[in-house]
Amino acid sequence: MAKFYFKSSRKEEKHLVPNRRTIDFLLNYSKSLQVVEYQKIKFETILN
Amino acid sequence: MKNYTLSDAVLVNNYIKGDECALSVLIERHKQRIYSFIYSKVFDRDISEDIFQDTFIKVIRTLKNGKYNEEGKFLPWVMRIAHNLVIDHFRKGNRMPKFEDNGEFSIFSVISDGNLNAEKRLIKDQVEEDLRNLIQELPDDQKEVLIMRMYRDMSFKEISDKTGVSINTALGRMRYALINLRKVIEKNNIVLTN
Repeated sequence: MAKFYFKSSRKEEKHLVPNRRTIDFLLNYSKSLQVVEYQKIKFETILN
Repeated sequence: MKNYTLSDAVLVNNYIKGDECALSVLIERHKQRIYSFIYSKVFDRDISEDIFQDTFIKVIRTLKNGKYNEEGKFLPWVMRIAHNLVIDHFRKGNRMPKFEDNGEFSIFSVISDGNLNAEKRLIKDQVEEDLRNLIQELPDDQKEVLIMRMYRDMSFKEISDKTGVSINTALGRMRYALINLRKVIEKNNIVLTN
């Protein structure tokens, strides 16, 4: 009887994934991010 | 034909060396676990997307800056970043409470705008004018002390030095000035408040 009233929330969580656009953004961000080291200082640049 | 699944450690190393596809594999492999963890805390899809994105931005920047030490704990490391960002999200929420105006109750009926509108400003100016006139009716010694204290913000020490009386005398004159002002206001039924 208890099974009718207590739903496991884990089932819903299994189907939760981020948006495809978010992942694409992250991959593009990674491709465009360049780290340059000059005189022991690191500079991050985003290439267009 | 054998299927080789590269470990997280190998993928991370490849990524650091410049293989962007390795990052894609890592994200695909762990996205569900990380995203659902975030969602289980915030219960909002949009916020979960933001935190997920911020998590991996930190991951990418740390890896590209060469600040990551590979100890075979890539996923726990990413989960820790996500966890900390969730905490930051809740802390920010506490600092800036959000009010949703759904029509039934408006928070702006409770929070008032501190600035005076035109009517209130007129009233304020009138009250101050009336008060100045009343002060002029006081005896000179009391008027002098009151003006120095209230309008010039002088301490009783400074008032005592300026007027040549003791501090106690200055205090006494101030006290009588206020008592006399109250008497005049009461006697003439003057209203000095909004």
